[in-house]
Amino acid sequence: MTVIQIVLILFAVFGFAAAVSRYRRGGLSFRQLALWSLLWLGVAAVASRPDAATIVARRLGVGRGADVVVYLALAAVFYLLFRLLARLEDHERQITRLTRELALKGLETHEHR
Amino acid sequence: MQKRVIVIPAYCEEQAIADVVRAALDVADRVLVVDDGSTDRTAEIAAAAGAVVVRHAINRGLGGALGTGIEGALRLGAELIVTMDADGQHRASDAKRIFDRLAEGDIDFVIGSRMLEQKGNMPLARRYAQRLGNALTFFLYRKWVTDSQSGLRGMTRHAAERLEIRSSRMEVSSEFIKEIVDKKLRLVEIPIEAVYTAYSLSKGQSFAVGIETALKLIWRRLLD
Repeated sequence: MTVIQIVLILFAVFGFAAAVSRYRRGGLSFRQLALWSLLWLGVAAVASRPDAATIVARRLGVGRGADVVVYLALAAVFYLLFRLLARLEDHERQITRLTRELALKGLETHEHR
Repeated sequence: MQKRVIVIPAYCEEQAIADVVRAALDVADRVLVVDDGSTDRTAEIAAAAGAVVVRHAINRGLGGALGTGIEGALRLGAELIVTMDADGQHRASDAKRIFDRLAEGDIDFVIGSRMLEQKGNMPLARRYAQRLGNALTFFLYRKWVTDSQSGLRGMTRHAAERLEIRSSRMEVSSEFIKEIVDKKLRLVEIPIEAVYTAYSLSKGQSFAVGIETALKLIWRRLLD
Protein backbone atom coordinates (compact mmCIF):
# COMPACT_ATOMS: atom_id res chain seq x y z
CA MET A 1 0.00 0.00 0.00
CA THR A 2 1.42 3.39 -0.99
CA VAL A 3 1.40 6.54 1.15
CA ILE A 4 -1.20 8.26 -1.02
CA GLN A 5 -3.55 5.29 -0.57
CA ILE A 6 -3.24 5.48 3.23
CA VAL A 7 -3.79 9.26 3.21
CA LEU A 8 -6.86 8.95 1.01
CA ILE A 9 -8.37 6.19 3.13
CA LEU A 10 -7.80 8.19 6.32
CA PHE A 11 -9.32 11.20 4.59
CA ALA A 12 -12.39 9.16 3.68
CA VAL A 13 -12.74 7.86 7.22
CA PHE A 14 -12.58 11.39 8.63
CA GLY A 15 -15.06 12.62 6.02
CA PHE A 16 -17.46 9.82 6.89
CA ALA A 17 -17.08 10.49 10.64
CA ALA A 18 -17.74 14.21 10.08
CA ALA A 19 -20.88 13.41 8.07
CA VAL A 20 -22.19 11.05 10.77
CA SER A 21 -21.53 13.61 13.48
CA ARG A 22 -23.34 16.34 11.51
CA TYR A 23 -26.27 13.96 10.96
CA ARG A 24 -26.43 13.27 14.73
CA ARG A 25 -26.55 17.00 15.43
CA GLY A 26 -29.32 17.38 12.87
CA GLY A 27 -27.15 19.21 10.33
CA LEU A 28 -27.82 16.65 7.60
CA SER A 29 -30.93 14.83 6.50
CA PHE A 30 -30.79 11.05 6.21
CA ARG A 31 -30.67 11.32 2.45
CA GLN A 32 -27.71 13.68 2.60
CA LEU A 33 -25.96 11.34 5.03
CA ALA A 34 -26.51 8.47 2.62
CA LEU A 35 -25.08 10.48 -0.28
CA TRP A 36 -22.00 11.55 1.66
CA SER A 37 -21.46 8.01 2.96
CA LEU A 38 -21.63 6.71 -0.58
CA LEU A 39 -19.11 9.31 -1.74
CA TRP A 40 -16.61 8.56 1.04
CA LEU A 41 -17.10 4.81 0.59
CA GLY A 42 -16.32 5.29 -3.08
CA VAL A 43 -13.17 7.28 -2.25
CA ALA A 44 -12.02 4.58 0.18
CA ALA A 45 -12.82 1.79 -2.29
CA VAL A 46 -10.95 3.40 -5.17
CA ALA A 47 -8.00 4.26 -2.88
CA SER A 48 -7.63 0.71 -1.56
CA ARG A 49 -8.26 -1.06 -4.89
CA PRO A 50 -7.22 1.28 -7.75
CA ASP A 51 -7.77 -1.55 -10.25
CA ALA A 52 -11.50 -1.47 -9.33
CA ALA A 53 -11.67 2.05 -10.79
CA THR A 54 -9.91 0.82 -13.90
CA ILE A 55 -12.61 -1.80 -14.42
CA VAL A 56 -15.27 0.90 -14.20
CA ALA A 57 -13.18 3.09 -16.51
CA ARG A 58 -13.00 0.38 -19.16
CA ARG A 59 -16.77 -0.02 -19.03
CA LEU A 60 -17.17 3.73 -19.58
CA GLY A 61 -14.64 3.75 -22.38
CA VAL A 62 -12.02 5.73 -20.49
CA GLY A 63 -8.49 4.35 -20.38
CA ARG A 64 -7.43 4.62 -16.77
CA GLY A 65 -9.24 4.46 -13.45
CA ALA A 66 -7.53 7.60 -12.19
CA ASP A 67 -8.88 9.52 -15.20
CA VAL A 68 -12.47 8.55 -14.40
CA VAL A 69 -12.00 9.84 -10.87
CA VAL A 70 -10.62 13.14 -12.15
CA TYR A 71 -13.46 13.58 -14.68
CA LEU A 72 -16.11 12.87 -12.08
CA ALA A 73 -14.44 15.17 -9.56
CA LEU A 74 -14.26 17.97 -12.12
CA ALA A 75 -17.92 17.54 -13.00
CA ALA A 76 -18.81 17.64 -9.31
CA VAL A 77 -16.77 20.82 -8.78
CA PHE A 78 -18.45 22.56 -11.72
CA TYR A 79 -21.86 21.57 -10.46
CA LEU A 80 -21.10 22.87 -6.97
CA LEU A 81 -19.68 26.10 -8.38
CA PHE A 82 -22.81 26.61 -10.42
CA ARG A 83 -25.02 26.06 -7.39
CA LEU A 84 -22.88 28.36 -5.31
CA LEU A 85 -23.06 31.19 -7.85
CA ALA A 86 -26.80 30.77 -8.24
CA ARG A 87 -27.27 30.90 -4.49
CA LEU A 88 -24.98 33.91 -4.17
CA GLU A 89 -27.07 35.79 -6.71
CA ASP A 90 -30.20 34.78 -4.87
CA HIS A 91 -28.80 36.22 -1.66
CA GLU A 92 -27.82 39.44 -3.43
CA ARG A 93 -31.41 39.87 -4.55
CA GLN A 94 -32.80 39.15 -1.14
CA ILE A 95 -30.48 41.66 0.49
CA THR A 96 -31.50 44.25 -2.09
CA ARG A 97 -35.18 43.60 -1.38
CA LEU A 98 -34.59 43.93 2.33
CA THR A 99 -32.62 47.14 1.90
CA ARG A 100 -35.37 48.49 -0.35
CA GLU A 101 -38.16 47.78 2.12
CA LEU A 102 -36.19 49.44 4.92
CA ALA A 103 -35.47 52.49 2.76
CA LEU A 104 -39.09 52.88 1.69
CA LYS A 105 -40.26 52.71 5.30
CA GLY A 106 -38.42 56.02 5.59
CA LEU A 107 -40.48 57.33 2.67
CA GLU A 108 -43.76 56.60 4.44
CA THR A 109 -42.73 58.45 7.60
CA HIS A 110 -41.54 61.31 5.42
CA GLU A 111 -44.95 61.50 3.76
CA HIS A 112 -46.85 61.48 7.03
CA ARG A 113 -44.86 64.29 8.46
CA MET B 1 -51.55 67.51 -15.04
CA GLN B 2 -50.25 64.03 -14.33
CA LYS B 3 -47.97 63.81 -11.34
CA ARG B 4 -44.33 63.81 -12.47
CA VAL B 5 -41.57 62.32 -10.33
CA ILE B 6 -37.87 62.28 -11.11
CA VAL B 7 -35.88 59.45 -9.55
CA ILE B 8 -32.18 60.02 -8.95
CA PRO B 9 -30.05 57.12 -7.71
CA ALA B 10 -27.01 58.55 -5.98
CA TYR B 11 -23.90 57.11 -4.44
CA CYS B 12 -21.39 59.53 -2.92
CA GLU B 13 -22.45 62.48 -5.10
CA GLU B 14 -22.26 65.32 -2.57
CA GLN B 15 -20.47 67.55 -5.08
CA ALA B 16 -23.06 67.40 -7.83
CA ILE B 17 -26.34 66.39 -6.22
CA ALA B 18 -27.61 69.81 -5.08
CA ASP B 19 -27.54 71.34 -8.58
CA VAL B 20 -29.02 68.20 -10.12
CA VAL B 21 -31.91 68.18 -7.62
CA ARG B 22 -32.66 71.89 -8.04
CA ALA B 23 -32.68 71.60 -11.84
CA ALA B 24 -34.90 68.51 -11.64
CA LEU B 25 -37.40 70.28 -9.37
CA ASP B 26 -38.01 72.81 -12.16
CA VAL B 27 -39.50 70.12 -14.38
CA ALA B 28 -41.07 67.65 -11.91
CA ASP B 29 -43.56 67.72 -9.04
CA ARG B 30 -41.31 65.65 -6.81
CA VAL B 31 -37.69 64.60 -6.92
CA LEU B 32 -36.88 61.32 -5.18
CA VAL B 33 -33.22 60.74 -4.42
CA VAL B 34 -32.22 57.20 -3.49
CA ASP B 35 -29.05 57.47 -1.47
CA ASP B 36 -27.39 54.13 -2.06
CA GLY B 37 -25.53 53.87 1.22
CA SER B 38 -23.27 56.85 0.59
CA THR B 39 -20.47 57.50 3.02
CA ASP B 40 -20.58 61.25 2.39
CA ARG B 41 -23.29 63.89 2.89
CA THR B 42 -25.26 63.09 -0.29
CA ALA B 43 -28.52 62.47 1.60
CA GLU B 44 -28.46 65.68 3.68
CA ILE B 45 -27.47 67.84 0.74
CA ALA B 46 -30.16 66.34 -1.51
CA ALA B 47 -32.80 66.86 1.18
CA ALA B 48 -31.67 70.44 1.74
CA ALA B 49 -31.98 71.06 -2.01
CA GLY B 50 -35.62 69.99 -1.84
CA ALA B 51 -35.60 66.30 -2.73
CA VAL B 52 -37.49 63.53 -0.98
CA VAL B 53 -34.67 61.25 0.16
CA VAL B 54 -34.72 57.56 0.97
CA ARG B 55 -31.59 55.80 2.16
CA HIS B 56 -30.23 52.34 1.52
CA ALA B 57 -28.63 51.21 4.76
CA ILE B 58 -25.93 49.49 2.67
CA ASN B 59 -24.70 50.05 -0.86
CA ARG B 60 -26.63 47.88 -3.34
CA GLY B 61 -25.54 49.24 -6.69
CA LEU B 62 -27.32 51.10 -9.47
CA GLY B 63 -29.95 48.44 -10.16
CA GLY B 64 -30.91 48.17 -6.52
CA ALA B 65 -31.20 51.94 -6.18
CA LEU B 66 -33.26 52.33 -9.38
CA GLY B 67 -35.63 49.59 -8.26
CA THR B 68 -36.12 51.36 -4.94
CA GLY B 69 -36.58 54.70 -6.68
CA ILE B 70 -39.24 53.45 -9.07
CA GLU B 71 -41.10 51.64 -6.29
CA GLY B 72 -40.85 54.79 -4.17
CA ALA B 73 -42.11 56.99 -6.99
CA LEU B 74 -45.14 54.72 -7.36
CA ARG B 75 -45.83 55.04 -3.65
CA LEU B 76 -45.61 58.82 -4.00
CA GLY B 77 -48.40 58.53 -6.54
CA ALA B 78 -46.34 59.25 -9.65
CA GLU B 79 -48.13 59.03 -13.00
CA LEU B 80 -44.97 59.64 -15.00
CA ILE B 81 -41.48 58.72 -13.84
CA VAL B 82 -38.12 59.79 -15.21
CA THR B 83 -34.81 58.41 -13.95
CA MET B 84 -31.75 60.59 -14.12
CA ASP B 85 -28.07 60.29 -13.14
CA ALA B 86 -26.84 62.15 -10.08
CA ASP B 87 -23.54 63.29 -11.58
CA GLY B 88 -24.96 66.13 -13.64
CA GLN B 89 -24.52 64.56 -17.07
CA HIS B 90 -28.22 64.81 -17.88
CA ARG B 91 -30.08 68.04 -18.53
CA ALA B 92 -33.38 68.77 -16.85
CA SER B 93 -34.69 70.12 -20.16
CA ASP B 94 -34.23 66.64 -21.66
CA ALA B 95 -36.08 65.11 -18.70
CA LYS B 96 -38.92 67.52 -19.42
CA ARG B 97 -39.05 66.46 -23.06
CA ILE B 98 -39.31 62.84 -21.92
CA PHE B 99 -42.18 63.71 -19.56
CA ASP B 100 -43.93 65.60 -22.35
CA ARG B 101 -43.50 62.71 -24.77
CA LEU B 102 -44.92 60.26 -22.21
CA ALA B 103 -47.82 62.60 -21.51
CA GLU B 104 -48.96 62.22 -25.11
CA GLY B 105 -50.17 58.81 -23.94
CA ASP B 106 -49.37 56.56 -26.88
CA ILE B 107 -46.20 55.02 -25.45
CA ASP B 108 -45.08 53.37 -22.21
CA PHE B 109 -41.34 53.92 -22.14
CA VAL B 110 -38.84 56.48 -23.38
CA ILE B 111 -35.09 56.10 -23.54
CA GLY B 112 -33.06 59.27 -23.79
CA SER B 113 -30.45 58.37 -26.37
CA ARG B 114 -27.06 60.00 -26.61
CA MET B 115 -26.60 58.43 -30.03
CA LEU B 116 -29.63 59.45 -32.08
CA GLU B 117 -28.11 62.80 -32.82
CA GLN B 118 -24.42 62.96 -32.27
CA LYS B 119 -24.67 65.96 -30.02
CA GLY B 120 -22.62 66.56 -26.92
CA ASN B 121 -19.06 65.62 -26.27
CA MET B 122 -19.16 61.88 -25.67
CA PRO B 123 -15.59 60.62 -25.55
CA LEU B 124 -14.56 58.10 -28.18
CA ALA B 125 -13.91 55.27 -25.71
CA ARG B 126 -17.42 55.80 -24.32
CA ARG B 127 -18.85 55.69 -27.80
CA TYR B 128 -17.29 52.31 -28.53
CA ALA B 129 -18.30 50.90 -25.14
CA GLN B 130 -21.79 52.11 -25.97
CA ARG B 131 -21.88 50.23 -29.26
CA LEU B 132 -20.67 47.04 -27.59
CA GLY B 133 -23.40 47.42 -24.97
CA ASN B 134 -26.00 47.89 -27.70
CA ALA B 135 -24.75 44.88 -29.66
CA LEU B 136 -24.81 42.66 -26.60
CA THR B 137 -28.27 43.89 -25.65
CA PHE B 138 -29.53 43.11 -29.14
CA PHE B 139 -27.86 39.71 -29.13
CA LEU B 140 -29.47 38.80 -25.81
CA TYR B 141 -32.94 40.33 -26.15
CA ARG B 142 -33.47 40.88 -29.89
CA LYS B 143 -34.22 44.54 -29.43
CA TRP B 144 -32.20 47.24 -31.09
CA VAL B 145 -31.83 50.50 -29.21
CA THR B 146 -29.28 53.15 -30.00
CA ASP B 147 -28.32 53.74 -26.37
CA SER B 148 -28.97 50.71 -24.22
CA GLN B 149 -26.87 52.02 -21.33
CA SER B 150 -28.51 55.44 -21.01
CA GLY B 151 -29.40 56.50 -17.48
CA LEU B 152 -32.01 59.04 -18.61
CA ARG B 153 -35.25 57.21 -19.24
CA GLY B 154 -38.92 57.65 -18.57
CA MET B 155 -41.93 55.46 -18.06
CA THR B 156 -45.60 55.65 -17.34
CA ARG B 157 -47.10 54.33 -14.13
CA HIS B 158 -48.51 51.45 -16.18
CA ALA B 159 -45.00 50.48 -17.30
CA ALA B 160 -43.41 51.00 -13.88
CA GLU B 161 -45.92 48.73 -12.21
CA ARG B 162 -45.10 45.94 -14.64
CA LEU B 163 -41.32 46.16 -14.53
CA GLU B 164 -39.51 43.49 -12.60
CA ILE B 165 -36.04 44.81 -11.99
CA ARG B 166 -33.98 42.18 -10.28
CA SER B 167 -30.39 43.11 -10.98
CA SER B 168 -28.50 44.97 -8.32
CA ARG B 169 -25.74 46.58 -10.33
CA MET B 170 -24.89 48.13 -13.69
CA GLU B 171 -26.54 45.40 -15.75
CA VAL B 172 -29.84 47.01 -14.85
CA SER B 173 -29.75 49.24 -17.96
CA SER B 174 -30.00 46.23 -20.24
CA GLU B 175 -32.51 44.61 -17.95
CA PHE B 176 -34.89 47.49 -18.66
CA ILE B 177 -34.68 46.55 -22.35
CA LYS B 178 -35.42 42.92 -21.49
CA GLU B 179 -38.47 44.00 -19.51
CA ILE B 180 -39.66 46.27 -22.30
CA VAL B 181 -39.54 43.29 -24.66
CA ASP B 182 -41.06 40.77 -22.22
CA LYS B 183 -43.88 43.05 -21.06
CA LYS B 184 -44.53 44.28 -24.61
CA LEU B 185 -44.14 47.93 -23.64
CA ARG B 186 -44.21 50.57 -26.36
CA LEU B 187 -40.80 52.19 -26.54
CA VAL B 188 -39.49 55.28 -28.28
CA GLU B 189 -36.05 56.81 -28.09
CA ILE B 190 -35.58 60.54 -28.15
CA PRO B 191 -32.26 62.29 -28.64
CA ILE B 192 -30.67 63.84 -25.59
CA GLU B 193 -27.46 65.63 -24.93
CA ALA B 194 -25.09 64.26 -22.32
CA VAL B 195 -22.82 66.72 -20.64
CA TYR B 196 -19.47 65.11 -19.96
CA THR B 197 -17.35 66.77 -17.37
CA ALA B 198 -14.21 65.46 -15.71
CA TYR B 199 -16.43 64.83 -12.71
CA SER B 200 -19.09 62.78 -14.48
CA LEU B 201 -16.44 60.80 -16.38
CA SER B 202 -14.73 59.82 -13.16
CA LYS B 203 -18.06 58.43 -12.00
CA GLY B 204 -18.74 56.20 -15.00
CA GLN B 205 -18.24 52.49 -15.49
CA SER B 206 -14.64 51.41 -15.75
CA PHE B 207 -13.57 48.92 -18.39
CA ALA B 208 -13.38 46.11 -15.83
CA VAL B 209 -16.86 46.85 -14.54
CA GLY B 210 -18.09 46.88 -18.13
CA ILE B 211 -16.74 43.39 -18.69
CA GLU B 212 -18.27 42.18 -15.44
CA THR B 213 -21.61 43.68 -16.45
CA ALA B 214 -21.49 41.94 -19.82
CA LEU B 215 -20.63 38.56 -18.31
CA LYS B 216 -23.44 38.88 -15.79
CA LEU B 217 -25.96 39.60 -18.55
CA ILE B 218 -24.88 36.55 -20.52
CA TRP B 219 -24.96 34.35 -17.42
CA ARG B 220 -28.50 35.55 -16.54
CA ARG B 221 -29.72 34.94 -20.04
CA LEU B 222 -28.49 31.37 -19.88
CA LEU B 223 -30.23 30.75 -16.58
CA ASP B 224 -33.59 32.47 -16.91
